[in-house]
Amino acid sequence: MKNTIAERIYDFLKNFPPFDVLEKEQLFKIASNVKVTYIEKDNFVFKQEENPHEHFYVVKDGAIGLYRDMDNEQILVDICDEGDIFGLRPLIQNDLYLMSAKANEESVLYAVSVEILKEIIETNDKVKKFLIASFSSNIKTPYAKGTNGQLFANIEMLQTSNSSFTEIQSAEFSKNPVTTLKTATIKEAAKIMSEKRVGSILIVENKNPIGIITDKDLRSKIATGLVSIDESVTAIMSSPVKTFKQKITVAEAQIAMIKNKITHLCITKDGTNKTELIGVLSEHDIVVMHGNNPSLLIKKVSRAKDVNSLKYIREKASNLLQGYIEQNIPIIFISKIISEINEAITIKAIELSLEEMDKEPPVKFGWLALGSQGRKEQLLMTDQDNALVFEDVPSEKYQPTKQYFLQLAKKITEKLNVIGFEYCPADMMASNPKWCLSLSEWKNQFDSWIKTPTEDAMMMCTIFFDFDLVFGDKKLVYEMSESIFKSIESFEIFLNFMGRNALRNPPPIGFFRQFLVENDGEHKDQFDIKSRALMPLVDAARLLTLSHSIKDKNNTISRFKKLAKAEPKNEDLYLSCIDSFKILLQFRTQQGLTNNDSGRYVDLNKLSKSEKLSLKGCFKPIRDVQDLLNIRYNLAQMM
Amino acid sequence: MIRFFKKKRYPEFWSTHIEKVQNSQKYANFEDIRFVALDTETTGFDYENDRILCIGAVAIKNNKILVSDSFEIYIKQAIFNKETVKIHGIRKDGNEIKLSEEEAIIKFIDYLDDAVIVAHHTAFDVTMINQALNRLNVGPLESKQLDTNYIHKKIAKTDTYKKIFSLEELCEIYNVKMHDRHTALGDALITAYLFLKQTAKYKKNNALNLFDLINTNYHLPK
Repeated sequence: MKNTIAERIYDFLKNFPPFDVLEKEQLFKIASNVKVTYIEKDNFVFKQEENPHEHFYVVKDGAIGLYRDMDNEQILVDICDEGDIFGLRPLIQNDLYLMSAKANEESVLYAVSVEILKEIIETNDKVKKFLIASFSSNIKTPYAKGTNGQLFANIEMLQTSNSSFTEIQSAEFSKNPVTTLKTATIKEAAKIMSEKRVGSILIVENKNPIGIITDKDLRSKIATGLVSIDESVTAIMSSPVKTFKQKITVAEAQIAMIKNKITHLCITKDGTNKTELIGVLSEHDIVVMHGNNPSLLIKKVSRAKDVNSLKYIREKASNLLQGYIEQNIPIIFISKIISEINEAITIKAIELSLEEMDKEPPVKFGWLALGSQGRKEQLLMTDQDNALVFEDVPSEKYQPTKQYFLQLAKKITEKLNVIGFEYCPADMMASNPKWCLSLSEWKNQFDSWIKTPTEDAMMMCTIFFDFDLVFGDKKLVYEMSESIFKSIESFEIFLNFMGRNALRNPPPIGFFRQFLVENDGEHKDQFDIKSRALMPLVDAARLLTLSHSIKDKNNTISRFKKLAKAEPKNEDLYLSCIDSFKILLQFRTQQGLTNNDSGRYVDLNKLSKSEKLSLKGCFKPIRDVQDLLNIRYNLAQMM
Repeated sequence: MIRFFKKKRYPEFWSTHIEKVQNSQKYANFEDIRFVALDTETTGFDYENDRILCIGAVAIKNNKILVSDSFEIYIKQAIFNKETVKIHGIRKDGNEIKLSEEEAIIKFIDYLDDAVIVAHHTAFDVTMINQALNRLNVGPLESKQLDTNYIHKKIAKTDTYKKIFSLEELCEIYNVKMHDRHTALGDALITAYLFLKQTAKYKKNNALNLFDLINTNYHLPK
């Protein structure tokens, strides 16, 4: 029989997960068996600890708040609005309701029979996955390890296909490298290479690699007549070789090649050059593995003669980024690659600028990336944030030295701007005399921010503490970091101020109307994913690593990893922060690529339900880590 | 003359109807009562000459609208009124599967079971059904009846004695979205929503009791 009501319900449900992935007949069966119920404001659908109903609920109109009773207090855990489902987990797990559901405004609910859904779950994998995700985001607490493992008996089967963020494939390398001994002549080595049709040969001693000869060496050193072909291979081999462990990932291999400007990596038993050689990984292997090739871009960067070709390369990198995001390649890998490309471009811009200067730099200096660039978390084209440090000079030489570096910085920032890194609107750039300082000036600057922690000073700290040397002298930067820790040591209350700063943006509890969107301005009604979700994690990680005096960790993910080791009792929390951070970063990048902007503001209406769900899942760790800061630094008193 | 005194013999569907309504045990407990929100589309408003085109109904029990327990049926027309096609969209030879009036009414009475009828301006729909029953030499409906218009008058704080509320007005007052207006089942669903909201409001001040609700209906059979 025709049933207009069921058709309407069908039309409604089909827009929301998991109903959107159901077969037509399956969904129609659900729709035809819905019970529609109305609940007045402030009335309960069910209460915590109650036995589960026969139905779970989908919000048709209105809003249902999910509350947990704790110490006679009702804590709002989540708000469900149109299309959200709730009250399902206890039905499937045969458990009591963990939360109470109360109408925050008058609501119409569709009650859906769990029996029908169970039948469908058996046959529809996508539904199963969605439900697991939704359960874990609703109930996952970092302190309840493995809760989501018990949802279904066959969870193992699902987990294997659910690992998009965590795995990076190991690089495949050739297991039978072509080798020769150091007693061989160049001619003999070249013969072996042509016979085996390879572009490189390893020189081994007791099976340990001691050097490598590539086609390039033969071209540049033999064909040019520099060295005779009858000489020993040791005359032209590159030595020592860069060696790595077997488990090197594609990402690590690429980075190693980029960093060391080499095209072949030796794989040895324990990763050092003191053990047996077991394989060679060439750039070509990686190209084959990847199809797309970031190291090619890096190569182009180093060959670039002018800014325009750098600009072109940066645009290419954006395409690469797009491809990676589409292929769902782990965000860590993506950010490493993109950061390396950005870094290479910056270095090239510095080198080009140095060539343009009349004379060599008068003293050693360091070019620092700040903020998200410093943390290597910058994926999209954002503003440039940078600074410059130079060696201390006698006071009579200070002015000319500073003038030199300001002039250099101006050239560099101009180039970066042409390449596509916009000028920083707040002028946090090395071309600003305030941020082009000698080492002792920097030390004083940090010291004064730390000892007079005004709001502005805290802002500066959040930007300048995440610096990373891009070009120049390592020692200068090391001394800068040291001075920060020293100043903090002598003025520990600074950490409390930093904690307060880290809590200025509480995360939202759910996507709900105007609840969490910006109230005014250009981005009215949009969600600020940067300041509301990413920054709280970044700030927390920075503060906590500072408190542990952990050095050399400027990246949010590696900071949390380090923290998980330093505080085993909070390991779960920190690991869930890493997960959230990855998801949020990926999300922001995707948004930015889609809308061709910084990805900072998200239009909630354009998100699919599952996108909302996955974002929502990220908020819990943010809240938890903020709670931890609150308690640890006694911030309630300071607020 | 003998025939006059003979006990009237009803067709089976009708004797079942009477028996079910009269013997129902459910009316005392509100949670057990099956309500049927119904709406009819007709060729016009003349009880004598116009006919039912379509009956739509959906059941409500324990504060829930049961989508699986709904009813939608179209009736073949002898009489046809071009004017009302504009409203209900049911053409004389449309695509819907249509039954004869007799088949449709018997199916409906069977669906109705011992339910309490809820409608908006119930008198009209019930009279149209009674007319059809009359043509089968039975009727009128024994079912208990409620009217969302009168329930509202009872709840409303202002003196609305003389005012007759349209379905649209009530939707406005109770914040019910209007979909599928002027299809029988669509209007039946809207009526069901109104009823849910009204009983929720009513419950605030009174224990829910069928007979109190029925007493809001001073002009319908009690």
